[in-house]
This record gives sequence, structure tokens and C-alpha cells, in this order.
Amino acid sequence: MAKLILSMDGLVLKEIQLDKERISIGRKQHNDIQIDNLAISGEHAAVVTILNDSFLEDMNSTNGTLVNGQQVKKHFLRNQDVIELGKYKLKYVNEAPAAGSPPDDFDKPAGTPPSFAKAPEFKRNASDLSSSPNKPDTPAPELAAAIQLLSGGNAGKELDLTKTLTTLGKPGVQVAVITKRPNGFFITHVEGNQFPMVNGQLLDAQAHQLKDHDVIEIAGIKMEFFFKT
Amino acid sequence: MKLSDALQIVTRTDPGLLRSHNEDAVFGNGDLGIAILADGMGGYNAGEVASGMATTLLSTHFSQLLSRRFAQPLVAGNPRQVQKILGEQITATNAAIYHSAQSQAQFAGMGTTLVLGWFYDNTLSVAHVGDSRLYRLRGESFEQITHDHSLLQEQLDNGLISPEDARHSVNKNLVTRALGVESAVDPEFNEYDVAVGDLFLLCSDGLNDMLDDAEIASTLQSCASNIHLAADQLVQLANDKGGHDNVSVILIKVLGDFSARGSWWHKLLAWLK
Repeated sequence: MAKLILSMDGLVLKEIQLDKERISIGRKQHNDIQIDNLAISGEHAAVVTILNDSFLEDMNSTNGTLVNGQQVKKHFLRNQDVIELGKYKLKYVNEAPAAGSPPDDFDKPAGTPPSFAKAPEFKRNASDLSSSPNKPDTPAPELAAAIQLLSGGNAGKELDLTKTLTTLGKPGVQVAVITKRPNGFFITHVEGNQFPMVNGQLLDAQAHQLKDHDVIEIAGIKMEFFFKT
Repeated sequence: MKLSDALQIVTRTDPGLLRSHNEDAVFGNGDLGIAILADGMGGYNAGEVASGMATTLLSTHFSQLLSRRFAQPLVAGNPRQVQKILGEQITATNAAIYHSAQSQAQFAGMGTTLVLGWFYDNTLSVAHVGDSRLYRLRGESFEQITHDHSLLQEQLDNGLISPEDARHSVNKNLVTRALGVESAVDPEFNEYDVAVGDLFLLCSDGLNDMLDDAEIASTLQSCASNIHLAADQLVQLANDKGGHDNVSVILIKVLGDFSARGSWWHKLLAWLK
């Protein structure tokens, strides 16, 4: 788990585990990290942690917040970042396995042109993150589903929907694709004049979420969709 | 076949799930045979200014250029001529972005990646700067055509890091070349032949950081007959996996032969001889 190490003049004062979604920093009593110093605003900054990623946000403090010497409003924290509030320093330590991350003293090969960091800041309000509708949920149990052919030469045959995309039908005639997404399985028309049918209803060009025991018809073949438990 | 009939182009750009700004910009036009994708960088909204300037300036210049100077179609086999034109346009665009960044404090330090594809005479000329990519699906084979100008790619090339480790590297988004960050720019140029049925993908790192090549390939293969759907699926898949960055894709499907030798101009020339 990531943590912050609070220090002043090189003296470590405290270690704070980032075990909450939001940790507030400020002078007032109610803050998770309270720093009783007049250079610190009542509500100075906050660190929002989602899964393994942490974001620092300056809460419009009077004296500002620096990360590695740069003034920031919002900042995506990386391992070993140093946050400065007045004379206080908070070091962000995240020992999450970042395999292959080069050592800090990694020497660039001679003649390497300078590098330019691409947009390190996440600019959306931290509070928006939790309400984002498409945000992948905390690892949901993997959905498993299959289809069973009900008609045609292969009637009775079962096909597990293990891939992200499974195409069904006859190329050049009618093709549909079933996509496996974090929130379920969706069928979409790919090609052909005829659109797929689900439970006797003709679909339009939009993706359609499949429910347990839906009957799909593509290129004249009927098949049943079902969840596996 | 006319270029606009031979090429089907779709563009998609999406802010992703974590960012409120979209710093990517895309342009695609089948009449011109031009596709441009730029991924901007720089604080506040300067990144989107840089990428927007790149696509707008380049697309405007190319449409003027192609309507005036090349009333007769370009013919393959003269890469120098094409690279000279591309180089001039990219240098001018670089200067425009660089000067804005220098003269206006709010744009200081802005820059952008660029990948540009120019289709003519069954040929594709590619210019790129930075880590936005071009891929090609030809039959069963899916290949990355451009070579990233990034610190990570240099580490890979030097054998300092394995491709497996590279996927988890923390310095994924350090580019070694960019448009608008210095007074000079060093684009890379390449020429490729084009075959009917080819499907080309231009994308920003928001796609290839979230999806591995096999996932991109299987999506393109599944939806090759409907590239609008393929583009939507790629963006959706990147967002389903977390959508950490802006995601942009341009898909270009080659529907027919667009050899310049079959054009009215060459028919006329042949008839006159």
C-alpha cells in the first residue's frame, strides 16, 4: 500500500498509510493529516487514492502546494514524489510492483535527445472519479457465459464466450459480435442487410445487452445465451 | 479508382475516464488521402492547443496544396519529393506551435506528437514524431509500422528492458521527439506499398497503453467489415480497461486500387503520346 512520509527539516515526523479513498491535509483539527502551522491553510490539500493510483489536489490553499519543486493544482503521484507545503515535506512512497522501472540513477545513453513528459496531470476533479459511470468496478467476479446453438447443422453445440469479442454468423451474409465487458455481454450488428434478432425483436445498430436465456437469431440460426455459474 | 472511393476513413477521439480534457486531435479526409493524429502535452489546456494547431494547420495546408500544386496526381517512386513536402509542412507547423509557446506564457512548454499518413498511387507515406503509432492489418498479420520516439523504445532497442517489463514501465510517456518543443523538429519518414484490403490504424498511446497488440488485432479482425464499429469497440475496450488517458483512433480501409496510372491524367498523357 502507498504511504506518505511527513518530515520537516529532514526530520521524519509521521508515516501515513493511504488506506482511505480521500485523505485531507490542513491546519484545522478535522483533517486526516493535521499540520499546525500558520503557513498551512485550514484545508490545504487532499490525496485521493483509487486502487493503486493516488492523486494530489491543492484545495486552493493560500501558499500553494509544490511537487518536486513545481507548483501544482492537481497531480498524479508517482513513487518518490516530494510534496511541499510550507516547510513541511511529504514523500509519496508506492512500492507497488512496477516491474522494469529503471533505477533512479539510470543513465541515458550518450547522445540521447532530451525527453518531454507527456501530460502528467490528471485534470478531472478527484470527486468526479468515483461518480464516473463507466469506471471499472472494483474487480468484479469474472463473468462467464456461453451460447448454445438451437437450430442448424450444429444444433446442440455450445460455445464459451471467453474472448473479449466473439463473432457469430456468416461473413458476407450476416455477422454480429458479442463483446464481453466488465458490466456484461453485449451483441452488436457488424455486417449484412439483416440485423440480428433477440427474443424475436429486431435489433438496431446499437449494442444490446444480453440477459440470461435470451434467444438470438443470426443468419437464420437460433442460439441461446446463458450465464455459467 | 478515385482516392475518395478507394479509402474509407473513420476517426474517433475520446477523453477517456480519468481526464476531463481531451488533448488528442484527429483529422481524416478520403478526398485528400490524408490522416493526421496528434497527442498534445503541456499544462492546463496547452496540450490540446498544440495538438489542435498541428491537425488544423497541417490539414489546411494539405488541402490547399493538393488542390493547387497537385492538380495532377502524385506518382509513387519519388519518395524524396513527397518527403520534402511533408518536411516543409511539418517544419512550418513546428515553428507555429513553438512560437506560440514562446510568446504566450499560458502555452509555455506545450508540444505534441504527430503521426501523419498520406495515401497516393497505391502508396502510403508516413511521417511521425513521438509515440503515436501506425499499425497495419494485412490478412492475418497485424504489425506496428512506426517505431516510437520514446525513452522506453530506446531502452527496448538497447536491450535494457524486456518487452514484458516495458508494459509495466513507469516512464511510458516520455517522448524523445515532439512537435513544437524546440525550434527544430526531426520527423521520421517512411514509404509503404498499399494493397487492397489493408486496414491501417493510427492511434494515440491511450489505446496501446490500455490494450496489447493482440487485443487490438482481434478487435480489428472481428469488425473488419464495419470499421465504424471497430473504432467504437477499440475506444470502448480502452475505457473498459480503465481509460487512463485520452484515446484516439483513425482507421483507414483500402477498398480498391488507387493507382495514379489509371487516373484521367495519365490516360490523357498516354493518349497524347
